[in-house]
Amino acid sequence: MADMLFLAASLLLVLTTAGLFVLWRRGRDADRLLTIQLLGSGCIAVLLLLAVAMGEASGLDVVLLLALLAALAACGYRAAIGQAGRSRP
Amino acid sequence: MNMLADIFTGLFVFSGILFFAAGALGLVRLPDTLSRIHALAKADNLGLALIVIGLLPQAPDVLAGVKMVAIWLLAQLASGAVAQVMAEAAQMENMAGEDLQHGGGVLHPAGSGVVQTDTRGDLRA
Repeated sequence: MADMLFLAASLLLVLTTAGLFVLWRRGRDADRLLTIQLLGSGCIAVLLLLAVAMGEASGLDVVLLLALLAALAACGYRAAIGQAGRSRP
Repeated sequence: MNMLADIFTGLFVFSGILFFAAGALGLVRLPDTLSRIHALAKADNLGLALIVIGLLPQAPDVLAGVKMVAIWLLAQLASGAVAQVMAEAAQMENMAGEDLQHGGGVLHPAGSGVVQTDTRGDLRA
């Protein structure tokens, strides 16, 4: 069972990395931040799988924190855009 | 019984990965930022939900199961909010891009600021 979960986690990691690599080479900031969101949700899923596969109960706390921080990244980006819009559009 | 739970887990986890793959593919292939946000917000959350449902039978105790569901709920709420925030930011970036094309831009910060406010007013009116 654990082997299957490890396999699923590594598959997901490869998928996320591929998306990250392709989209990182595009120019716009919004797309880059979207790849960070993809990385965020992908890592949430990977860590969930790993926490269950390794039987680490504390892994779930890390996932909870990551879910919170992934959301804050986009809010920070939006706040930065808002400031730039006021001073230097 | 245990084998049944394992089969259930495998089925749901791998269909969740399938949805993640669809989301990543959409993110790479779709033409503009708004549709990419759409792909990211829907497919990835469905994938995460399927993975959480698949992992629930493997949870060691009730607390771990509740935590997993809480993680999914938080991710769901966050992704809804993030999609709105990112769409707004993308719209603002588009306006700034149009502004640059119209001959304003970084060299004339004060003038282009006025133009941008006007454009936004027109679009909202």
